[in-house]
Amino acid sequence: MWQVATVADVRRETATASTIVLEVPDWPGHLAGQHLDVRLTAPDGYRASRSYSIASAWSADTIELTVEKVPDGEVSPYLVDVLKAGDPLEIRGPVGGWFVWKPGQEGPVQLIGGGSGVVPLRSMLQAASGTSTPMRLLYSVRRPESVIYVHDLKELAASDDVDVHLVYTREAPAGEPRVGRIDAELLEQYVYKPTDGATTYVCGPTAFVEAVADLLVAAGHDPARIRTERFG
Amino acid sequence: MSTVSPGFTGRRRDGTELPPGQYLTHEFPVLSAGPTPHIRTEHWEFTVTTETGEQYKWDWAALMALPAEEITKDIHCVTRWSKLQTTWKGVSLDTLLADVETGADFVMAHSYGGYTTNVPLEDLLDGQSWIAYEFDGEPLDPEHGGPARLLVPHLYFWKSAKWVRGLVLSDTEDLGFWETAGYHEYGDPWKEQRYAGD
Repeated sequence: MWQVATVADVRRETATASTIVLEVPDWPGHLAGQHLDVRLTAPDGYRASRSYSIASAWSADTIELTVEKVPDGEVSPYLVDVLKAGDPLEIRGPVGGWFVWKPGQEGPVQLIGGGSGVVPLRSMLQAASGTSTPMRLLYSVRRPESVIYVHDLKELAASDDVDVHLVYTREAPAGEPRVGRIDAELLEQYVYKPTDGATTYVCGPTAFVEAVADLLVAAGHDPARIRTERFG
Repeated sequence: MSTVSPGFTGRRRDGTELPPGQYLTHEFPVLSAGPTPHIRTEHWEFTVTTETGEQYKWDWAALMALPAEEITKDIHCVTRWSKLQTTWKGVSLDTLLADVETGADFVMAHSYGGYTTNVPLEDLLDGQSWIAYEFDGEPLDPEHGGPARLLVPHLYFWKSAKWVRGLVLSDTEDLGFWETAGYHEYGDPWKEQRYAGD
């Protein structure tokens, strides 16, 4: 059923992405990685709906969505640029039972994100925080200013809980010599071995997910332990 | 009872009738739960198993030997995109099931890679579904389900199982992969049957 949430805050992440903090009365809770449907209604009754990954772990009173603006999009430019604290937002969810991480799930977790594909992975990182599940994050971005959750990731990288490695495909920050896409060598270096029993979550644009999933399978990872989510 | 979104105007796309909650795309998005299986046609096999356990099998050459149809249909994904007038080539399930003896009402489609989806048998017959192996005049890409996928355009597109390897007929309805993960058991786009209970 659709319900009305209230926007508590809109936080700019990058030039094209914002995190929307929602207060949701009677939220039933969600699993890390699930989605939410958002519905907008114009004054004349015209409606448009889209589904977005939840960016935060379940907490009693707020949910975070991080939305990347799609050029010429109908809904995302509104969410990123127009929506403000205090506005109502119709939502439905949570949705999806596959690209999720559940506390107590067996084995370590490998997260591999491209661009805004990091959004559901951040929900998993938050959900696993303070648990004994080892997690690694490999995050591919175009350039330093494209990094979503830059502060969260710095904190995570500084802690012992999660291994975080960023890959820059167009332009790297000072001191980072490698510029280029994820390849077999990089996977060998930064992801769990096929024998480690990890569940791997790959999320991003279709071409990114196809390439990474194919490389993982070619390197001997069990396809049944690789879960994917493609953005378009 | 509707909540107006302050500052949202939205856009009309005149002349296009889409199921409720859908938007039009000219792209061909890919949604899959795992890595794309790459199945060579010489290894491909399609099996229909009846409720009594009887099996009917086709290899790629046998599929190619059957009469094919050109299909032009609108397709609708539960993630809300619709794509109009898509063109396919494939073999009608009426042709494949013509000599299959069954009194079953339900079908579970099984894919290479382990995916499953359930469909009532009557939704696969009478010109409503195909085993499709060409899209837009080209062999079907692996990421879109090649070498062959089920095509059931009148239902949400997750029912059109990619990399299809067989159908299992049954007297009782079981739920497939997405149907056990919170999605609707039937999935009629015009009734907006997205999630369990819709």
